[in-house]
This record gives sequence, C-alpha cells and structure tokens, in this order.
Amino acid sequence: MLRRLIQAVFVMLAMTVIVFIGVNVIGDPVEILISPEADQAERARAVAALGLDKPLWEQYWRFLLGALQGDLGRSFVFNEPALKLIAQRMPATLELALTAVLLSVVIGIPAGLYAGLKPDSIGGRMVMGLSIMGFSLPTFWIGLMLIMVFAVQLGWLPSTGRGQTAELFGVQWSFLTRDGLAHMAMPAFNLALGNIALVLRLTRAGVRENLPMDYVKFARAKGISPRRVVFVHVLKNIMIPIVTVVGLEIGGLIAFAVVTESVFAWPGMGKLIIDSINVLDRPVIVAYLMMIVLLFIVINLIVDLLYTVLDPRVRLENKE
Amino acid sequence: MSDLTLDVQGLSTHFFTRAGVVKAVDDISFQVSRGRVLGLVGESGSGKSVTGFSVIGLVDAPGRITAGRILFQGTDLTKLDERALRDLRGNRIAMIFQDPMMTLNPVLRIDTQMIETVQAHDNVSRETARQRSRDALGMVGIPSPEERLNAYPHQFSGGMRQRVAIAIALLHRPDLIIADEPTTALDVTIQAQILAEVQKLAREVGTALIWITHDLSVIAGLADDIAVMYAGRIVETGAVEEVLDRPLHPYTHGLIGSVPSRNARGSRLRQIPGMTPSLLNLPPGCAFRSRCPRADAACEQDPPDTHPVAGRTLRCFHPQLEMVA
Amino acid sequence: MSAAEAAGPAKQETPFRRFMSEYAESPVAVASLIAVVLIVGIALFAPWISPQNPYDLAQLDIMDGRQAPGTKSLEGITFWLGSDDQGRDMLSGIMYGLRISLGVGVGSALIACLIGTAIGLIAAFAGGKVDGGLMRLVDLQLSFPSILVALMILAFLGKGVMNVMLALVIVEWARFARTARSAALVEARREYMEAARCLALPKWRLVFRHMLPNCMPPIIVIGTILVARAITLEATLSFLGLGVPITEPSLGLLIANGYQYMLSGKYWISFYPGIALLVTIMAINLVGDQMRDVLNPRLKK
Repeated sequence: MLRRLIQAVFVMLAMTVIVFIGVNVIGDPVEILISPEADQAERARAVAALGLDKPLWEQYWRFLLGALQGDLGRSFVFNEPALKLIAQRMPATLELALTAVLLSVVIGIPAGLYAGLKPDSIGGRMVMGLSIMGFSLPTFWIGLMLIMVFAVQLGWLPSTGRGQTAELFGVQWSFLTRDGLAHMAMPAFNLALGNIALVLRLTRAGVRENLPMDYVKFARAKGISPRRVVFVHVLKNIMIPIVTVVGLEIGGLIAFAVVTESVFAWPGMGKLIIDSINVLDRPVIVAYLMMIVLLFIVINLIVDLLYTVLDPRVRLENKE
Repeated sequence: MSDLTLDVQGLSTHFFTRAGVVKAVDDISFQVSRGRVLGLVGESGSGKSVTGFSVIGLVDAPGRITAGRILFQGTDLTKLDERALRDLRGNRIAMIFQDPMMTLNPVLRIDTQMIETVQAHDNVSRETARQRSRDALGMVGIPSPEERLNAYPHQFSGGMRQRVAIAIALLHRPDLIIADEPTTALDVTIQAQILAEVQKLAREVGTALIWITHDLSVIAGLADDIAVMYAGRIVETGAVEEVLDRPLHPYTHGLIGSVPSRNARGSRLRQIPGMTPSLLNLPPGCAFRSRCPRADAACEQDPPDTHPVAGRTLRCFHPQLEMVA
Repeated sequence: MSAAEAAGPAKQETPFRRFMSEYAESPVAVASLIAVVLIVGIALFAPWISPQNPYDLAQLDIMDGRQAPGTKSLEGITFWLGSDDQGRDMLSGIMYGLRISLGVGVGSALIACLIGTAIGLIAAFAGGKVDGGLMRLVDLQLSFPSILVALMILAFLGKGVMNVMLALVIVEWARFARTARSAALVEARREYMEAARCLALPKWRLVFRHMLPNCMPPIIVIGTILVARAITLEATLSFLGLGVPITEPSLGLLIANGYQYMLSGKYWISFYPGIALLVTIMAINLVGDQMRDVLNPRLKK
C-alpha cells in the first residue's frame, strides 16, 4: 500500500517534469506562456514576472511550488486561474463519465450473461456481433449519427449542451433535472459504447470460462437452482475482474470525454482543453494535464483497494 | 428387493464429439444395496467418473445417456425431468468430487455454501439451516465449527475441505452417496482418516455408497463389493475379498498384480502390457483382448454377462476359473 | 516458417497455403479481406479513378456547394454522394481522404512496429534490469489512454501530418514492444533455438534469421489491429481540429467539415466519409480477428 503511494507520487512528479519540458523547453516559452497579443513592454514585464530569464531548474522549481499551492497560471482567454477553470468544469465531465460507467455495467453485464449462457442463440450471436462493432467504430461519428437521428430527424432528444442543472452540495448536476437527463442521454451513451462492448465481452468470457468449472458442477450436484448457480456462484466469481477493469477504464472515459464533449458541446473539462489547444491557452492545458494525471492516480489507488475488498483470497492474505 | 438402493441396468453414455462418438460408458449393470459400499475401480479413462455423473444426471453436452435404466429406489432416473432430478440431488442422492479446492466456490463463505444446500430442499429459516450446517461440520470431525462456518475455502487444509464436502453431502441424510475419487488428492494419513469417517457414517445412517477410485488398496479396506471397469465396460463384479483374492477376469488379475505393495521387494513390477485403447475407435469384441494373454478368436465377439460363480458377474470368455477351483 | 524455409522452396508454400485455407474458413473474413484490398486500391489509384480532383481549385465552383447526392454539378459530373460546402464532390473527397487516412494509419503503425519490435526483442534478450526497466516504461505508456497521450503531444508540438504521425507512433510502439517481447521469450525456449545456440551462431543471426520469422505471426496480428486503431485515432484527432491540415484532409477532417451542416439536414457531408471510415476500420479489424484465430495455437481443436 505504501509502495503504491510512493509510486503515485513518483508518477505525479514525472508528469510535472514532462509538462514542464513540453511547455518551457519545446517551443518558445515566451510565445507559449505570454499571450500573443502582448506588446514589448508587457512582454518584458511578463518575462520578469514569470521568471523566464532564470535558469531552467529554477524555473522548474517555481513551477512545482506553484503547482503544489494550486497555482498553475492564469488562462489567457478567460483571465482566470487555470486550475479554477478546470475545477469548475470538472463536475460536468465527471457526471458524464460516471453515467457512462453506470450504463456500461447496466447494459454490458446482463447482455454478456445472456451471450455467455446462450452462445449459439440468435440473440447471443447478435449481441456478440454488436459488441465487435461497439469498440471498433469511431465514437465521434456515432455521436454525430445519434444527433442526426434522435435530434434532427426524430426530435426526441436535444442535440447539444447541458440543459438545466440543479444544485447538490454546492455543485451543479444534470441528473437531478429531467431536462438535464435528456441532454445527458446521448453523450453518456456515446461515451459508454466502447465500454459496454468491453464489459459485455468480459462477462461473456467469464461465464464461458466458469460454467464448466467444478464448483458449478458441485453446486448443481447439491440441487441448487440454475438461477442461483448463475447469479450467485458464477456472478460473484466474474465480478472481480470486471470491477477491476471497469474501475481502471473510468480514467480512460474521463480522457475520452474530450471527444464526446466536443461532439455534443458538453461544457466539461474536455471541451475546454480542445478549445484551449486550438487557441494556445497553455496554462489551461497544463492545468488540465496535471488534473487528469491526479485523477488517474486516485482512481487507480481506489481500484486497488476495491480489489482487496472484493476478493476474499487477497483480503485475507493481506491480513495474515 | 426393498433393500436395493440403486439398480443400474444396461447403462450407456456416449459423447458425440466432432471427432466421433466416444462410448464412455457402454452397457454396464451393477447394484448397490442399502448401507453397502460399492467400489467402482478402473484406470483413468475407464468411464467410472462418467458413470457417477450419469447416475446423478450431470452428464453435459456433448454427452448424454443413450440407453439403459437407472432405478433409484424403484424410480427410473433416466425418465425424470430436470426439476425432479434437482429435487433429488443433494437431498436423496449426493456427490463428492475429487478436488475440494475446485469444488467449493472460492469466493463464497462456507456457511453460505452449506445453508443454500439446506434451504434448497427444506423450507427452513436461515438460522435453522445454519444450525444444521454447524452440526454437520461437527459430525465429520471439524473442530470449532462455528468459526469455520465464517471462513472461506482457501483457509482450510485439503483434508478439512474434503470433510466439508462430505458434511455437505450428508446434510439431508441421502440414501445414496457417489464419491468420485475423493481422497486421491490428499495425503495417505488424511485419506485413512476420511475413509474411516465415511465408513462409520455410512453404517450409522444406512447410506449406500459408491466409491469411485483407481486405487485398489483403498477399496480393499473400505468396500463391501467391487465392480471393475475397463474401457467403458464393467468386466467383473463381486464381493471385495473374493474378487481381490481370486480374480476371474484377466484384467482384474493384472490390476491387482501391478499394485506395488503386492510385489516382492526387488522384483520387477508387473505391468499389463499395451495401453488402454482409445474410446473413439474401439475394436469390436472384448475391449481387453489386445492386451490379454488368454485372448483368442472367440474374443472377437462381445462377451456377455456370465455368472461362473455365485454372487459374481463376469464378462470374459476365458475366466481364470483355476483361481476358484 | 523458418523450418519450411530451411527445407527448400518446394515446401515453403505449405504453411502459407495452410494459413490461407484456414483463414478462408470464415466467409466474413474473406469478404473483409477483399474489402481491404479494394479500399487500398481505391486509395492508391484515387487520382486516376475519382470523378474530380477536389483539391484543384480550378475544378470547383462554389455554386455547386451543398448539393444533395445524385445532383449534377455545373460542369456535368454527377455528385453521387453529394457535395460539400465548397462544391467538392464527396465521392472524390472520400477517395482522396482515404489516401491520407490509410497513409497516416499504416505509416505510423509500420514505424511503431519497427521501433516497438526492436525494443521488445532487446528487452527479451537483455533480460534483467534492462528488461525490467523497458517493460516498466511500456506499462507506464499503456496505462495512459491513447487519446490523452496524443493530445499532449499535439498540444506541445502543434498540428500537422508529421506531428500526428509522431503522436501515433508514440501511442502505438508499446503494444508492439510487449507483443514482440512475449513472442521472443516463448521462442527462445524452443528447441530450434537451443540447436542454433549449440551451433554457436552469432547472436544477431539467431535473432534475425531464426527468431524473428517465428515471432512475426502475433506481431502481424497486433499490427493489423493497431492499424485500425491508428486510423480511428487519426480520424478522431482530425475531427477535433488537432490533426491533419485542411490542405490534406483525411476522412476525419471531412467529417468535421460536415458537422455544422448536420443540424440543417445536409447529412451527406458527414455521413458518407463516416461510412467509408467505418467500413475500412471494420474490415481491417475483422481481418485481424480472423488472423488471430487462425494463428492462435490455443484455439486449435
């Protein structure tokens, strides 16, 4: 456990170095960090203020100190602290990602169970075929098609934006309003597609792997009903790898939200970063990258913890 | 006979694979009476496990029972639907498997796995079910059963796990227990303990027991009757002392002879020459004839069941009658 | 296959023929292979077979813009798949776009394959700390989502075809490295390697003439899958405006161009390039899937 924490800190530090090199070494830091519209005098002042005339390692040190205090520069475009901007947009992205996770579990596991229990049925084959399509199709295009069908042609769902939100614990959330849910439906589903396919295939593989196992035969020899055999005995064994994978994928979903948010104009971190890259608002880019890595590390640690809780073999090993 | 718990008549179980039909069990017949132990002996691949699974109805695709009757207390199990079979399993007919690590679900607690067995066949409260589980654990000699109930399978030793499996089998006081090589994976000392326990319990409760194994020494100490299987067929049956002391079938004779403890020290271990035939392409006639020193042209026909001596069944054209003369 | 090579040219066809006949057991896979060949052909011969060169401004007329599929242009050619906002024929645009998409996808995968395989083999051979260090790097690389890595690189280096290819190579090399290393470790234990070592052949010969050909199957399989992923990733990046420039549009950029017209019902500007992309990716994935099933010894009966 301690080792993991140390590793995590290490990764964060490595990230700061990479970001620092990316901004201050590759490309001209003067160009990058100072708004292109500044004139000579402003530039000179900014250079001094940002310490760009100091040696590199000192600049890195200042950067690191600033980062630890939450100061990652101010956005050129919004003229606000970059970190604050990211933090404001984070709930929207998190909500999208978590809803996508929920969808992938709620759709993926039952579908996978069905495909695993009845692999040769029409339904089973169809489900597998769809799953192959699910993770090989370009997500952004599917998103466009969803908008075209459900928003433009059928008019059932709104095409872009977040819609109404309601407040909970001081933060705005979409799922608390009906309008918000309508706006979230397509983007969350779009984002979830790849994961649904993944969970589905994992579940199916797990079922097929576990059904011929001795403990299943033994349970049947005890006279246990088939429903219980699948939903208690087999499911509990499959859940462990699925939960692990799903947990690890949350980070990937948060990152991939970049695409979904662009397609659906969802006002989250992802859309912000794309816009920022396009207008070269580097402080925001830096803040986003640091935040994402932090999120990743936290998620990985939680998944590790969760794994020890779920698998009794691991849990008791740790205790003894 | 009201004493007859199990009467298997002409059972055949075939596996229909891509490569061909595997006749895992081919026209076998045997009987087990109340409170008696039948040892079902054979090398691996002889069809003994499949026999066990056929009786309890757990033969999975691509296999199925193709012929014969399995009369359990008068009812033909082959004619029952899945629902009826499920009512019997774990209740009147129980099975113990070979490797208890794999047969107990590693992610469920022992009490869960025992309570569900009780509640599958008796409509009792969870507390009552737990009580019965605790008693069953005590009965098989597991110390501090209350703590053990809360544990997971991997926290037990191999011998303990198998005792748990036996306890589970006994929860509903079944009339028939099928034990498929239950002690093969255990130490010899543990094995002896478990054998003694099982024998005692069978006598006390009156359970009929089928003990499937390849180890003759186990059978010698435990079983009342023995049935020897080879290539899916039963070649000889009879009371255990008689068959082991005076085997009539050449295969049985060879099997006994190859047991290391029966050979004089320093002399070469006797082997049965040749290998078990593949069950895919069995030649017609006696399955053992390619390895039998007494085989001749007559053996190209399937030998029928004969009773050369009272109480013994045999499938051979050239029984070793000199043994019983 | 090296055993077959050693036995002489007459036997060389047998493993390959066997592979092809096993591959052909699935009609879907055969159809996919044909599709891939067709698509590559279209991409290669686009300048000769497309109705119009969409990047030759002399051939365009803005009055032809946003025409529905089937309408004729002012010059008399039919816009089979419609035209975009500049009056470019969608069909031609797709053909040219395929060139970029495939070029970037396949090119980056090839480079990543070379680099990754080399690193993987080095790790497998060197063993010990070198192996451990390289694999830790690989794990680190693979624990980051590809889109994030690509975004980072493009954010720091800017857009353009070269930068996109660099980003793709950096995203992909790790999988090649890992596959090459596992394959190498498996092969190193085989008897023919023992035999070759006993003959005291120089190391490089061991690796290149003996080991590498046998490692190729899993590398080829993963290569196919990675080509599909590279194409998808490039399309995504271009769609986001971070990929190839407007002057050399890939299918992703074409789709992006049509985004704003979707809401007004002019679906074809995004729809058809998307179909082309979809078919390409699916065909490549299906070919890769079947190759993997055929080459995987564990799945054999």
